[in-house]
This record gives sequence, structure tokens and C-alpha cells, in this order.
Amino acid sequence: MDPELILRGVFFRYEQQWCLRGIDFELRKGEILGLIGPNGSGKSTLLRIIDGVLKIPKGEILLRNKPLSTYKRGDIARQIAMVPQESTFRFPFSVFEVVIMGRFPHLGLFPFEGEEDVKIARQSMRLTHTLDLAKRSINELSGGEKQRVLIARALTQTAHIILLDEPTSFLDIRHKVEIFDLISSLTLTQGLSVIIVSHDISLAAQYCHRMLLLDKGGVYKIGEPAEVITADTISTVYECPVLVDKNPISKTPRLTVLSRRGEGKREMI
Amino acid sequence: MRGSEDQGITLVKVIVTGLILLGILIIIILISLSLGPAKVSLRDILAWSIGHGALDQQAWMIIYKIRLPRILLAGLVGFSLSLGGVVFQALLRNPLAEPFILGISSGAAVGAIIGIVFGFGFHLGVPLLSFMGALFTVLLVISISSRQGGLESATLLLTGVIVNAFFTAVIMFFIATTSDSRLHSMLFWLYGDLSQSKYIQLSVSLPLILIVSGIIYFFSRHLNLIVGGEDTALQMGVEVELVKWVSFLGISLITGVVISFSGIIGFVGLIVPHLMRMLLGPDHRLLIPASAIGGACFLIAADTLARTIISPSELPVGVVTAFLGAPFFIYLLKQRGSKWTQS
Repeated sequence: MDPELILRGVFFRYEQQWCLRGIDFELRKGEILGLIGPNGSGKSTLLRIIDGVLKIPKGEILLRNKPLSTYKRGDIARQIAMVPQESTFRFPFSVFEVVIMGRFPHLGLFPFEGEEDVKIARQSMRLTHTLDLAKRSINELSGGEKQRVLIARALTQTAHIILLDEPTSFLDIRHKVEIFDLISSLTLTQGLSVIIVSHDISLAAQYCHRMLLLDKGGVYKIGEPAEVITADTISTVYECPVLVDKNPISKTPRLTVLSRRGEGKREMI
Repeated sequence: MRGSEDQGITLVKVIVTGLILLGILIIIILISLSLGPAKVSLRDILAWSIGHGALDQQAWMIIYKIRLPRILLAGLVGFSLSLGGVVFQALLRNPLAEPFILGISSGAAVGAIIGIVFGFGFHLGVPLLSFMGALFTVLLVISISSRQGGLESATLLLTGVIVNAFFTAVIMFFIATTSDSRLHSMLFWLYGDLSQSKYIQLSVSLPLILIVSGIIYFFSRHLNLIVGGEDTALQMGVEVELVKWVSFLGISLITGVVISFSGIIGFVGLIVPHLMRMLLGPDHRLLIPASAIGGACFLIAADTLARTIISPSELPVGVVTAFLGAPFFIYLLKQRGSKWTQS
């Protein structure tokens, strides 16, 4: 099967400094691809390039075998949806109102959603377990609920690729797992392909089919979690001593960050 | 009030709400026509307005020549300022924004005050200078804060505040150095004065206001997305910079025109959008028309009070809007807590 998305030799720079230099990879259908790397390694930039907000000066991106540059903005928005790290609504939009905004790229000149749009929004809310929240104000929700609503909005775009930019950063462990479980089930049932940026490396390793480790704007390694997450690669790229062993249950790599101060606990003074 | 929101905003809902508000507007206009130093009964006005029966010569003069143009202008000013408020609150993602926040009012005031100091007329010279002052300020603020074609909200706000402070100093300079009757004119201009209303002002501003409102309405669902974050809006296919430029310039243009006729009337552009948002929700497809018509209602009512409450004398209408608006606003704030503005 043809990949959903192919990147070949993608370069990008904001001003003088190149922040992406020659990125090659592909996203397969139904795959969860974990994007990891230190701060400033270009993860968010890469996502913004894939969703077409930033234009690349050099390289090629193919979305379903057609160059991304030949798509109109709205066409991209119907195929690729982005879930931001967090989203602040200054005014109290209800959860339903936020979710149905996902229909924006599908509306023509007539600025109102029809029955079909409402049906799609409700279906997305059912899938993300946010239907009960429909009338609540988006600003009253907890972090985990809010992320589920933003995922519902992405589903309402009826995109087949979903990009998530650190969706679990502000969540506690239970809600982190909930979000990963949700994404995992959506790829299975809805045939979505997902790129997820995450700093929860051990957790992501349990869910991602493959992982891509970015370093200084280049692909350091891409492959199955066990190939990418080794003590050697992680400690080199993150410049931080780590221990990698196996999660006894999932058998996926498990990361322990080591203190630079050596072994043992510090004594209290 | 927001019972059926799980069906979203529909065209029917917008039209029904619009018609209800227009009905309220017409009632307010009719009541306002009947109020004033010379009594004209509401029944006579009703008969006259639907073409049954004529008013006597004197009543007709008062209604048609004096009260009606003033009421209609008050309506247009309220309409424009509330429209400006709701759009600026969305674009700047700031609940405190109002149409004057980019310094346009102080720029207009400097123009008007220069006009008054040098004895230009209230029908052409003062409005013209005030409009030029407003336009100059907006272009100044925008050119200072735009970077590579982008308008960044925080920079715009800061620049607006600083330009405002500078022009306020200029205004104070003129006030401090003027001592004759022109001082009274200046103060009235600074707090809003609709007593100089003429039909010609309506025909100048109405087409412009209609065009700008139409464009802004077209952008209403774009504004919904911008409120949720510019990045998301961009990703969904909103031309964020285009929406910003067109809206800032369009709103500044109509604000500049209407305040050149009315002087500075505060509070309308802040309170009416908030009130409507509480009643109808934050979706701009409903909020924009509701705020605009609501603003017209509010300002006509306020101006009616301004010209009748200490009759035969008059208050500046800005005094009434702030005097009534501020306590009401605080009451609502206490009632609703932070539910409708919290981040």
C-alpha cells in the first residue's frame, strides 16, 4: 500500500540557521509514528511543515502521492488535522461549538453547518467520549477532557492524518494513558495515521509502531521503538545519561533518566 | 437562553434573533421620538410612521428635522462602536478590547480639538479634521506594530496604549490653554455629543457602515477560529493576516467616521458585546449582528436620557453611557463571575 505521506530531503529555515536539514521518512496507513528529540531539534517545525502552514524552500512532501504544494489550504485541512499542545479560548465556547468548528474546511460560502455536519461532530464526540460534555464551556474542562475535545475537533475535520504536538505534556499519568489509548483505538477503528510528538518516551514506545528520533534538524534514527530507543542513541542525542531496559509487561523499551550526580540518594543536610 | 446549542448556530436562529432585536430597536426609536421638551404623543407618531394621519406642522418639524436624524445617527454610532468592540475583542483575543483601543479616539479628539480651537464649523471642519486624526492614528499604530506584514496582537495593544497616552497629553495641552466658550465645546466633544446630527451625516456614513458590516460578517466564522488560537485558525485554512488587516482597517474607518460626528462615546463598544455574549454565546455568526443592533438600541436609549433627563439642558451622552453602563457591568460581572472571560 502507498504511504499516506512521504518526505524527501526536506529543508527548512526560519532566518539564517537551517532548522531542518534533509528530512526523509514516510508515514504508513494506520500507523502511529512517534516523533521524539530534544527541545529545539525541530519537532514542532516539522509538524507545521507537514500541515502546510510553513512552506519549504527545498525538498518534497507527497500527500497521498501528490505534492503538498499543489493542494489548496482548505484541501490540506480536509486531510490533515492538528491537535495543539493546548488551546486557550478567550471566550466560553461550548464543547459542541469547538468540535463543530472542525467543519470549517468543509463549508462553502454558506457559513452555517447543516445536519450532516452536526452528525459528524456528534460521531466524533462519541468516539472521544466527549458527548456528555457537549454543553459545558471549553474553559471549565480539565486538561484531559480538553485534549479529548481537541481530538474530537480533529476527527470532525474528517482528516485521515492527525498530527499531535505534545498532547500529553500537561496531563497526569492517568490522563496521559487515556489519550494514548484513545489515539491507539482511533487508528485501529478509523484507519487514521498519526504523528505524535511526545516527551514521554517510555509511554510513547508502548503505543507507537515506529519512532523517529530528531537531532539538530536531521533524522538521527527511525524504526521500531526497540531499535530507536537504546541507551546509546538517547544519551547521545539528549546529552544526558540514561538507562534503557525492557518494560516487563509490554516488552517495549523503558527509559530511566540517571542523575548526573552519580549513584545513591543525597543525604539531607 | 442558550438551550439549543447542541444543534449549533443555524441561519434560522440568526434571523429570528435579528428580527427580535430589530423589533426592540423600532420600539426604542418610536418611544425616543415621542420624548423631549415638546410633547408629541406616541399614538400620533405611530399613526404618522405607518402613513395614517399627519402630524401638525410644529410636531412634524420637531420629529422629522430634529429628533429623527439625531436618533438615527445615535443608532449608527452605537451600531458601529459595538461592531468594532466585538471584532477587536476577537482579533486581539482580549475581553477588554474596544474600538478605541488602538488609539483612534485620542487621534480623532486631537483633530476635533484643533478644529474647535481654530474655529472651524461643526458641520464640516471639525468632523473632517477629526476623521483625519483618527485615520492618521490608526495608520501610525499599524505601521509601528507590523512586522513583515504580520500584525501581532500584543504589539498592537501596546502601541495603541502609548499613542493614546501621547495624544491625551496633546489634548490636555489644548484644554489647559483654552479658556473661553470653546472649552465647553471641547468637553462636550470629548464625552460625546449628538446634538449636531444632520441627515447628510447619515448618508455619508450609512453606505460605508453597510459595506464594512457585510465584509465583517463574512469573516464571522473565521473570527471564531481566531479566538481559539491563530495557529489552529491557520491550519484550518483561515487567512489570518488578511482577516486581521481587513477587519482592523474596516472597523477603524467606520469608527473614525462615526466619532467624527458624535465625539467620543465610551463604554458602548465594551459593554454591549459582553452583554450579548452572555445572552447568546460567543459564536460570531450570531454575536456580530446581535451586538451591532444591540449597540444601536443601547446608544439611542442613552442619548434619549442625555437630552431629556435635565431638560431643557443636555448631558454629554458619554456621561450617560458610563454612568449607567459601569454599574450594570459590575453587576453582571459579580453575577457571572469569571465564567465568560476566563482564560
